[in-house]
Amino acid sequence: MTLLDVKDLQTSYGQVNVLAGVNFAVEAGETYALVGESGSGKTTVIRAIAGLAPAQGGSVKFDGKEIRGASEREMRPLRKDIAMMFQDPIGSLSPRLTIGSLITEPYRIQGMKDRDMQAEAKRLLEMVNLPAHFADRYPYQLSGGQARRVGVARALALEPKLILADEPTAGLDVSVQGELLNLLNDLRERLGLAMVIITHNLNVVRHVADRMGIMYLGRLVEEGSTEAIFDNPRHPYTRCLLSANPEPDPDARLERIALKGEPPSLLKRPSGCEFRERCPFAQDFCIQTPSWEVDNGHGLRCLAPLSQ
Amino acid sequence: MSDTLLEIDRLSVDYETARGDLKALRDISFDIRKGEIVGIVGESGCGKSTLISSILRLTAPNTRFRKGEVRFKGQDLLQLPEHKMRDLRGADISIVFQDPMQTHNPVLSIGQQMLDIQHRSQAGKVEKRARAAQMLGAVGIPDPEARLEQFPHEFSGGMRQRIAIAMALMSEPDLLIADEPTTALDATLEVQIIERLQELQQELDCAILFISHHLGVIAELCDRVVVMYTGAVVESGDVREIFHDPKHPYTRRLIDCDPGHIKERARVLPTIPGEVPDLANLPGGCIFRDRCDQAVPRCASEVPPLSKLKEGHHAACWLNHEEVHQ
Repeated sequence: MTLLDVKDLQTSYGQVNVLAGVNFAVEAGETYALVGESGSGKTTVIRAIAGLAPAQGGSVKFDGKEIRGASEREMRPLRKDIAMMFQDPIGSLSPRLTIGSLITEPYRIQGMKDRDMQAEAKRLLEMVNLPAHFADRYPYQLSGGQARRVGVARALALEPKLILADEPTAGLDVSVQGELLNLLNDLRERLGLAMVIITHNLNVVRHVADRMGIMYLGRLVEEGSTEAIFDNPRHPYTRCLLSANPEPDPDARLERIALKGEPPSLLKRPSGCEFRERCPFAQDFCIQTPSWEVDNGHGLRCLAPLSQ
Repeated sequence: MSDTLLEIDRLSVDYETARGDLKALRDISFDIRKGEIVGIVGESGCGKSTLISSILRLTAPNTRFRKGEVRFKGQDLLQLPEHKMRDLRGADISIVFQDPMQTHNPVLSIGQQMLDIQHRSQAGKVEKRARAAQMLGAVGIPDPEARLEQFPHEFSGGMRQRIAIAMALMSEPDLLIADEPTTALDATLEVQIIERLQELQQELDCAILFISHHLGVIAELCDRVVVMYTGAVVESGDVREIFHDPKHPYTRRLIDCDPGHIKERARVLPTIPGEVPDLANLPGGCIFRDRCDQAVPRCASEVPPLSKLKEGHHAACWLNHEEVHQ
């Protein structure tokens, strides 16, 4: 069953066309990863889904219901089902509230005042493997990894169907990163959650995502199952991203495909294929605009795809 | 050895706090030879930042140097008068910081900042400007002459970090300290920066102390690696020794945790359970004991010394001492 269906989503800030038609769908219980460089529009996509960023065009259907452009009043009941995990773990927690009141705040906002807040706080902390006495602590007393887990607890409070997680492992040490990913994997299996995860850490994607989409300049350029993308990337940009992943082995000498330059300005979108100017595999015909082609569940926007 | 550039010798640094002394660095020893790239790996709270600020003597007021020396070309920096230290900073030892968005002055043009940083040079303004443009070109900024006029906000994050590297290398220092210079950048830019650093290092023949928690970057860039855990060196050695034959359980587990190693999708990723000990109230014995699955009784009573296992490989673990296995 399709839980989230995003079609031709468009966002502009003034002249800056941040999202130029984003399409993807997430099934119930599925984890979908959005990958791409800074400025590719990943964060804007999930913020637009959650109604936290404007979306001037396209459609966002959640559970079959159109939610793009919904008013704050219309969004509020939906926030029970769609939870957000923000990028900065400590910055997303109010410094003046205790952890206990932070993770039970969703109940108060949703008017579920009859709940035993203390018991709920304890239950949620337990769920993310934090000791119950953390309920009395303040955000500044937490490490980055602990603050992340509080973010997870708060996102889970209302038993959502979908979690939107913005860089859930950014800034975490490797030993703690594994812990958080294990927690997310475990919760997903137990609670049947669907997740959209944004990350630029490809090592993470492989272990959490069922499917992934690669974004470039506010559009998907490739989409497919995580295995298919890792084993056989067809878009040159995907290939470049995968090869720019230093291996923790001094003898690993992978064939690195250098990306030329930096992403172009959104104010001056290149003509034709927008990746053309940086693409090591560009052909003369790439001045034409590639369309989105789907073959056997593998989507691609490229006129000169790589085979293998 | 005469080609040793920097020697950290049994350095111990505390922070005085209301809770008592935080033992931020304990008995740190390692050296950097001329023209060598040494990586420091360690997780949050391992003392990486205290170490850098101790080398540059840019420490917080509550810092207490308890013991040890930081010898740069044979001279103990901790004993140097402040004005001598100032002459050294930026000229012989320079640094690239973690956050490229905050290292430049937002109200001065890049060109102006690159002129200012040459204040020690006797050269004329035109010459300094030419040098600035040349360095910008060397770190791969296109059209460097024109871009000298621009302000920091007109550059992307990756470019700003490259400018920071250009500025740090302007005086051709003997030692460049790079404090997680790629952490704030995308993987594609990270690779660009590393390759650029490698090129410049060979060209200028300067030594680099490269701090990172990204094992992949360390493996690719460094000649030798120092592994730190809660303020102590637990292992150091040649990069291949460390990655292929780690001798400290912490190093081994840290490498295991890196998902870059695990090619197949794993349902459960390896972690290092347990918490880092409190620096104000350190337990006796080995500091990693509580999180170590190979601990033996001796680990609880005695601190394992950093001992030489073979040429160029040191580890601080009792498991490497034969008498433990008897």
